[in-house]
Amino acid sequence: MTTRGFDPNAVAGKFPEPDRQVEVLVIGAGSAGVAAAIDAARNGAQVLLVDENPVSPGLMGLDTPLYYGARYTGAVQARGRMIEQVFAARPALAEAFDAGVEIELGVSCWGAWVNGYGLAALPGPVAGLADEDRAWMVGFERLILATGARDLCLAFEGWDQPGVMGAQGLAALLEIYDAFAGRRLVILGSGELALRTALLALRRGLEVAALIEVEGAARGPADLLAELAAAGVPIHVGATPIRAVGGLNGAEAVIIQGSNGDPFEIVCDTVVEALGVVPNIELLDGLGAGLAMQPALGGHVPVSADGRATTLAEVFIAGDVAGVAQAGVPDALAYRQTWMRALMAAGPDDVVICQCEAVTREALLGVRQPAYLGAPPPAMARRDLASLLESGPANQDQIKRLTRAGMGPCQGRRCREQVALALACASNGQARDIPLASYRAPVRPLPLKVLADWDEAKAMSNHWDVWLGIPTQWVPYDDIGTEREALLGGVLAGEVDP
Amino acid sequence: MTGASVIVIGAGVTGLSAAWWLARSGIDVLVLDKGVVGWEASGRNGGGASHYHSPLFHEEQRLWPLMDEMLGYATEYRRERVIFATTDHHLRNYQQMAQICRGLGYQVDDLDPQGVREFVPLAGDNVTGGIHLRFGGQANPQRTVQAYAWALQDLGGRVLQHAPVTRILTAGGRATTVETPRGAFSCDHLVIAAGAQTGMLLAQVGARLPLAPVRAEMIVTEPAPLMAIGGVDGNGLYGRQTLRGNLAYGGGPHEWLEVEEDGPRRRPSTPLLRNLARRVAELLPGAGNLRVIRSWAGVVENTPDGRPVLDRLKDPDNVTVATMSGVGFGLSPASGHAVRDLVLEGRCTFADIDKLSLSRFAATPDRWREEKGWVATSHAEALALSGAGAPG
Repeated sequence: MTTRGFDPNAVAGKFPEPDRQVEVLVIGAGSAGVAAAIDAARNGAQVLLVDENPVSPGLMGLDTPLYYGARYTGAVQARGRMIEQVFAARPALAEAFDAGVEIELGVSCWGAWVNGYGLAALPGPVAGLADEDRAWMVGFERLILATGARDLCLAFEGWDQPGVMGAQGLAALLEIYDAFAGRRLVILGSGELALRTALLALRRGLEVAALIEVEGAARGPADLLAELAAAGVPIHVGATPIRAVGGLNGAEAVIIQGSNGDPFEIVCDTVVEALGVVPNIELLDGLGAGLAMQPALGGHVPVSADGRATTLAEVFIAGDVAGVAQAGVPDALAYRQTWMRALMAAGPDDVVICQCEAVTREALLGVRQPAYLGAPPPAMARRDLASLLESGPANQDQIKRLTRAGMGPCQGRRCREQVALALACASNGQARDIPLASYRAPVRPLPLKVLADWDEAKAMSNHWDVWLGIPTQWVPYDDIGTEREALLGGVLAGEVDP
Repeated sequence: MTGASVIVIGAGVTGLSAAWWLARSGIDVLVLDKGVVGWEASGRNGGGASHYHSPLFHEEQRLWPLMDEMLGYATEYRRERVIFATTDHHLRNYQQMAQICRGLGYQVDDLDPQGVREFVPLAGDNVTGGIHLRFGGQANPQRTVQAYAWALQDLGGRVLQHAPVTRILTAGGRATTVETPRGAFSCDHLVIAAGAQTGMLLAQVGARLPLAPVRAEMIVTEPAPLMAIGGVDGNGLYGRQTLRGNLAYGGGPHEWLEVEEDGPRRRPSTPLLRNLARRVAELLPGAGNLRVIRSWAGVVENTPDGRPVLDRLKDPDNVTVATMSGVGFGLSPASGHAVRDLVLEGRCTFADIDKLSLSRFAATPDRWREEKGWVATSHAEALALSGAGAPG
């Protein structure tokens, strides 16, 4: 019989028990999350419900989690008011509270883990939570992810200035925070999302100058179209936004290429991109849950037998994270790709596609090295997407490593879908076939000192080694097999005076 | 696609460098990979190039400053490193490392706390001292691995991605054909440099290479102002500042796991990122407000002594094996050269690498991983095996 050895440098035995343990942890206090929390509590479970909103103004500036396009008023700076707004906008939170649900707002979930392939050393299922000051770990028996969906925005010239935003960002500023700073909108898209966004804006007393649709006909359901027509809002079909123009305060107008090819200008202070939304699957990808591309549901969504379970026994989903169907848009990926193709055809190639890293669409598709490397070497002239495709299909993770598109502080939230769309267009492929670019914790950008474990357990710091703690690995070659071997191995494995 | 004089299995840094070196010698080379270029540990590491213990190090040091020009593409190589301490214990350890380096003929300067802060403006009042390696350096792993592939292609070599090797055929004591779902390819010589799968592939030609796969992870922050030397280590961390300014750091405990023929199924990063974040914030207090925007994990293979195997088999004698045992990126300019030499000359022409032969593991027991504890281990198993109670 073999003796089973123990590696004191390996992680097994080092992860601490979580700071606290709950039976059910619900992430996301939108209607689906609150309902799931109430349901669990009424069934006798101990439930903790957390929601990252209201996020800090700094995160809103990074368009996290929604694409706010900096079109918010100074009211977002007032933390207490923002929290009150959330409670006021979601009366079900009071019901949840009465049902015994513990509620924490302004708390994000930046990672979640269960033991599985490649990770066997956790004491149990655990989630990482954080507020603006610190991070902590919560163990759970069941995790319900009601993380919703985020905005999908596509690049056109001037899209990176204040006033170009997402439909959900607008809805949050209007319906939750009462902090929208615009007055007159142009809305991109004509599916259910665009039409509902226009109707919401009208109800709130805003002006909707027009909807823009690159396709030859409006997409949305007839009743909503009729309602919008009755309000006198035009839908320009066969039209493509070329450029948002503006000044210090952002967008002041948008230039549209009309169906006859001629450009015209619409004065507005806000352009709302309302082509679709993207289910927030980042925690699920980090967990290792099964994901599948479902063009009818807005992209990659969790594999689920019943719309609630995932491929992981401890993890469940509720609400938009499961996928968002949009009336009039049966294939969201194809619709987005049509839009992307039109924007690429109508606009210049030097449109910035990744705002954080200032990567243009031309640089992305040319697989250019980033500007900070200076002038590219002559051989780079031979390298572009086409030459990369000779070795295999387009892979977003590979291309992001080379161009840095998606590598910035917004964690790719503003560009990852459109990078995939651009790659699909440029490689004559289908967006649905581009592999999902991986998500990893922390799925929210957290400062080092907030994320840090300042109360690290002894088990973790004992035997902490720079690398694997194999002393023989670092012995200088000439000393291998000599008397000096043990001595030098010790020093190079971090010991002093061994 | 047809066969090639030399087929290299594995488009990581070691395999690609070997293929590039062979192509530079006019050899017709084909590189096969199960996935994408540099997808495993070659594109997921600290980018360090300062492994002075290796017999390949002198050649590595000669080559790195030339690599951008030789390859024709940017590697983001930057020279030198600073290692500094925030405790007396670490400082003493680094000073002993410095002595070892000096003994090997490399210059190392001692730094006082102020000297450290001049190199590392993000360092704080907690510095106890450090050392400045006037050698070594670091590069961008992802850019470098692609540079090898492109440079190889520029010389007429081929890279076939998404072509996992399903079978190696032998005849007359030689490896003759490599089968993949994308076709079968004949060769005169076969190089196996397939990371964690190297041992399984080698078994197909009747050789035994004990390897244990392990997962390690790193975190990345948003950019900080550029420091004079990007290779800054200490506090139990290895890492670098990228030329973009991001801080990328790893270190600490690893996790043993199992890898099958098609490679790691996942590469999870874990709550360990909190412990990494703490150490980075302690090492570089000026960076405490920088946001962590990513983490990553990679799977590397390890031999029982943690040292590479660079060897040409006796039987079949047209197979060369290359594993760098988890320390492969920085040494890659030289490891490729060594593999090229083994294939074309039958021996390494620029260094003695006899102690890296496969034969040293002839007596390694079958259950060596269990004996060392280098196997997947649960929390409860670990507590029982270590004799500890609840981790305190």
